[in-house]
Amino acid sequence: MSIKGKAYIAGAFEHPTRKATNISVAQLHAECAKGALADAGLSLKDVDGYFCAGDAPGLSGPMTMSDYMGLRPRHIDSTDAGGSSYLVHVSHAAQAIAMGKCNVALITLAGRPRSEGHSGTKPRVVGANFPDAPFESPYGPVTVNLYAMAAMRHMHQFGTTSEQLAWIKVAASHHAQHNPLAMLRDVVTVEDVVGSPMVADPLHRLDCCVVSDGGGALIVVRPEIARSLKRPLVKVIGAGEAPKGQRGGEVDLTYTGAAWSGPAAFSEAGVTPSDIKYASIYDSFTITVLLQLEDLGFCKKGEGGKFVSDGNLISGSGRLPFNTDGGGLCNNHPANRGGMTKIIECVRQLRGEAHPRVQVKNCDVALAQGIGGLLSTRHNSATLIMERE
Amino acid sequence: MATPYQDRIIKAPALNIGDEIYYDAASQGRLLVKQCADCKKYHHYPRALCPFCFSDKTEWKEAKGTGTIYTYSVTRRAGPDVYTIAYVTLDEGVSMLTNIVDCDHDAIRIGQKVKVVFKPAEGGMAIPMFAPA
Ligand SMILES: [Zn+2]
Repeated sequence: MSIKGKAYIAGAFEHPTRKATNISVAQLHAECAKGALADAGLSLKDVDGYFCAGDAPGLSGPMTMSDYMGLRPRHIDSTDAGGSSYLVHVSHAAQAIAMGKCNVALITLAGRPRSEGHSGTKPRVVGANFPDAPFESPYGPVTVNLYAMAAMRHMHQFGTTSEQLAWIKVAASHHAQHNPLAMLRDVVTVEDVVGSPMVADPLHRLDCCVVSDGGGALIVVRPEIARSLKRPLVKVIGAGEAPKGQRGGEVDLTYTGAAWSGPAAFSEAGVTPSDIKYASIYDSFTITVLLQLEDLGFCKKGEGGKFVSDGNLISGSGRLPFNTDGGGLCNNHPANRGGMTKIIECVRQLRGEAHPRVQVKNCDVALAQGIGGLLSTRHNSATLIMERE
Repeated sequence: MATPYQDRIIKAPALNIGDEIYYDAASQGRLLVKQCADCKKYHHYPRALCPFCFSDKTEWKEAKGTGTIYTYSVTRRAGPDVYTIAYVTLDEGVSMLTNIVDCDHDAIRIGQKVKVVFKPAEGGMAIPMFAPA
């Protein structure tokens, strides 16, 4: 059994807002759903599967948002794996479709961390009964220093430099200049990045993603339905998911769960990294991209710094065009969860609907990769491979 | 460059059932680590069941209190004070999340030998941290 070819992404929508001062989170979810359904050419009545994660408001996401939107799904899934959730949802939707549990799956994400004043330098919310929190919260873990420690170790072990990490931001900024909705549209240089204020050694302000409001939604359907619609066919061919934590104290920050989710996805898809024409790589921080590229096998472990340098990730000139919408580093990071927008840009690339200045020629196979949670302490990796038919 | 160390305000953690033993020992100046009676492996953070063999026979052991910095990050823009978060690999072999204290933040290096010290949280609870050995 495999999900290869069992489902297609028929609709995708990215909310245009970056600051939703006067829109509620529930409304954002619903607007994203409406946009994705319109993109697919389907209606609310067609939806019989609903997928959402921890950003969906209410008593529980599926209950509250089904009620709010007037859905009556016969299959629900609220798997929460942080920012990687939506990659997992596409895979789970394909599984549900293959098992006959639904025909048209809706996946939504939305949030307003910018309006609510969130930032990566504030302590993460710790709920009751977290088994790890009593041994971690006194030490001031915030999002950025938990990613910074992985960067510091990588530099120590492999000689990776701040300038090499900066190239990841530079490439994203080259793409963002063509996206009128991107929060940061100015092209930046390596010097700009390493000259920006140090937030948590060795990560500078420009090594960090933006904080934005917004959201997105996807429609995943069974093959017969996809073929009946008037949209280019984007087929799901492989997926993997893998949480990684501190491994009982055997801490190794040189690799991520992508070292496990990547091979699973490539094996299911029957492709290799050299077949990937475009990659959306979750870019909460520059180091996040570098580690995932290594773990997915785009280069050898430890050689990510060299791989990303000199514009190698820039569409049109580099070997592996990435995040052509500007990514989380420049475009948006709705709900502090970047997995959804990673899939949406893959769909644009595979359909040939990316901005002409960043559209990859003959883009037939694309990969979306996400890391949810906190890189050093515990995270989930999800990999999704799609093909244009 | 030098960034001198300054004590910061530490919020006392809310404990789960079973965690008191660890923090009671800390208040007496002792760092505990869990060891499995079956597979003999140490683990951290402490659990009732061994995360390596799933045995329910895990025991508190007093750690030597010495270790090596595995990685760190001088956190410069998260609150009023600069502080250094780190993973320290104890001589027992497990790594723990902690802070490096009582030294110039800019002089901290991976591989540096450190020893445990205890810093008070609000309300007086003792929190294990590490200073250069
Ligand atoms: Zn054991």
